[in-house]
Amino acid sequence: MIEAPAEEPRERQRPGGVAVESVSRTFASRRGPVLALQGMSLRAGHNELIAVVGPSGCGKTTLLELICGLQQPDAGTITAAPAALMPQRDLLLPWLGALDNAVLALRAQGVPRQQARAQALPWLERFGLQGFEQTKPAQLSGGMRQRVSFLRTLLAGKPVLALDEPFASLDAITRAEMQGWLGHVLAAEPRTVVLVTHDVEEAVMLGDRVVVMSPRPGRAVAEVSVELERPRKRTDPELAALKERVYEALGVAS
Amino acid sequence: MRRLRLPAFIPAALLLAGLLGAWELYVDLGGADPLILPAPHAIAKALYTDRSLLWSNFLVTAQEVLLGIVVAALLGLALALAIHFSRTLRRALYPLVIASQTIPIPMIAPLLALWLGFGIKPKLAVIALVSFFPIVVTAMAGLAAVDQDLLKLMRTFDAPRRRTFWLLELPAALPGVLTGAKVAVVVAVIGAVFAEWAGSTSGLGYLFLQAEPQLLIPRAYAAFVILSLFAIALFALLTLAERIAVPWAYRPKGAV
Repeated sequence: MIEAPAEEPRERQRPGGVAVESVSRTFASRRGPVLALQGMSLRAGHNELIAVVGPSGCGKTTLLELICGLQQPDAGTITAAPAALMPQRDLLLPWLGALDNAVLALRAQGVPRQQARAQALPWLERFGLQGFEQTKPAQLSGGMRQRVSFLRTLLAGKPVLALDEPFASLDAITRAEMQGWLGHVLAAEPRTVVLVTHDVEEAVMLGDRVVVMSPRPGRAVAEVSVELERPRKRTDPELAALKERVYEALGVAS
Repeated sequence: MRRLRLPAFIPAALLLAGLLGAWELYVDLGGADPLILPAPHAIAKALYTDRSLLWSNFLVTAQEVLLGIVVAALLGLALALAIHFSRTLRRALYPLVIASQTIPIPMIAPLLALWLGFGIKPKLAVIALVSFFPIVVTAMAGLAAVDQDLLKLMRTFDAPRRRTFWLLELPAALPGVLTGAKVAVVVAVIGAVFAEWAGSTSGLGYLFLQAEPQLLIPRAYAAFVILSLFAIALFALLTLAERIAVPWAYRPKGAV
């Protein structure tokens, strides 16, 4: 049951899109070359949120690094607007407070410290981090650290956000909160998002479309459109039906 | 049930007192000729009666050590940066850096004195030679230890190489460099003594060398005590610097 990705030629012309066409990528490992992706295709329209789900080691992280231009494909083509990465681990700098961590991308681009801080300060409030501007990551909760990490990526000012299992390290309750939070933020501040996850519920809660990948070598084996109103309810029976379809595509019987 | 919490220095003080007591007893009970192995009380007496002699020679050695550390730090950091930024320089310099540590200091020190004279220059050369190595190695490790994913992140932020260095690599390397400096100050003191033995007219190492043939053994031991205390003080100072400058990396004992 392979569904070809729907053709959306006009979407590709929009400024913030991502088009991955039949991409293959091999990387060297200690035990010889590993074929991470083979014939992987994916499209994200401007301000669309594509959730990518797949089993562990199916090349999801490789896919994001290709979209961000950190790797080049061995075969196939990638056309993507500039993308900023949000890594799986928050990777906040332990010597900087929340505010200075959030402005890392701005500082990296040469924005002076005070100007960068002034730019980020209102965001910290919007992200529920007021009062924690100077707090070091070690003293922040897991959810707060992910919010700072997301803000850091958002402030890079790229039209595309590549999110690599952003909430995988959080406990279930915090993760559910953060998923709701991300939905709100993106409603107010739309971006093209490629969200890699192994959490099917997260994928259908947040995605406009869910792309299902095969085990390694990874490629898209199915695509599920989620045409539900936002904010979505976890308990919505339609959501449960969509989850079921994704699980089926993953080959997981329930 | 409450456990009595002792101040941190108590165990070391008790151990030291025990060792000194055993030493004192050993000599007093005739275990060794006091001319050859003076008892602690004789050393304490020498510390007091020779205090001005010891102090003036300590100032000489302290100056050598402190300047030597500065030279070693500058040299060590410059080499670490060169090795970090250039693959070619790494290939060229790294073998030499390691080879420099196989030089037997007692053999090279007299040759340096012959070449550079009896002043401070050969001392700085010897101290820098023994002390730059821990700084190079720890600085290199620190600069290279930045998380690969963090470097990828910086690339997606369009960070030029130099900003990645200032924002990421330099602060990340600091704790390691301070650890290296702690090792460096201790070996610097040893280096200073070797350098003074090879040719000098003052300093605690020189005093030690002069006292021994005159059978002023308590004075020789007193010089040794001062050198040890100096090394411990430098080490403690750097521990304090760690706590202030890199609090995120400073781990109080007991913490993971």
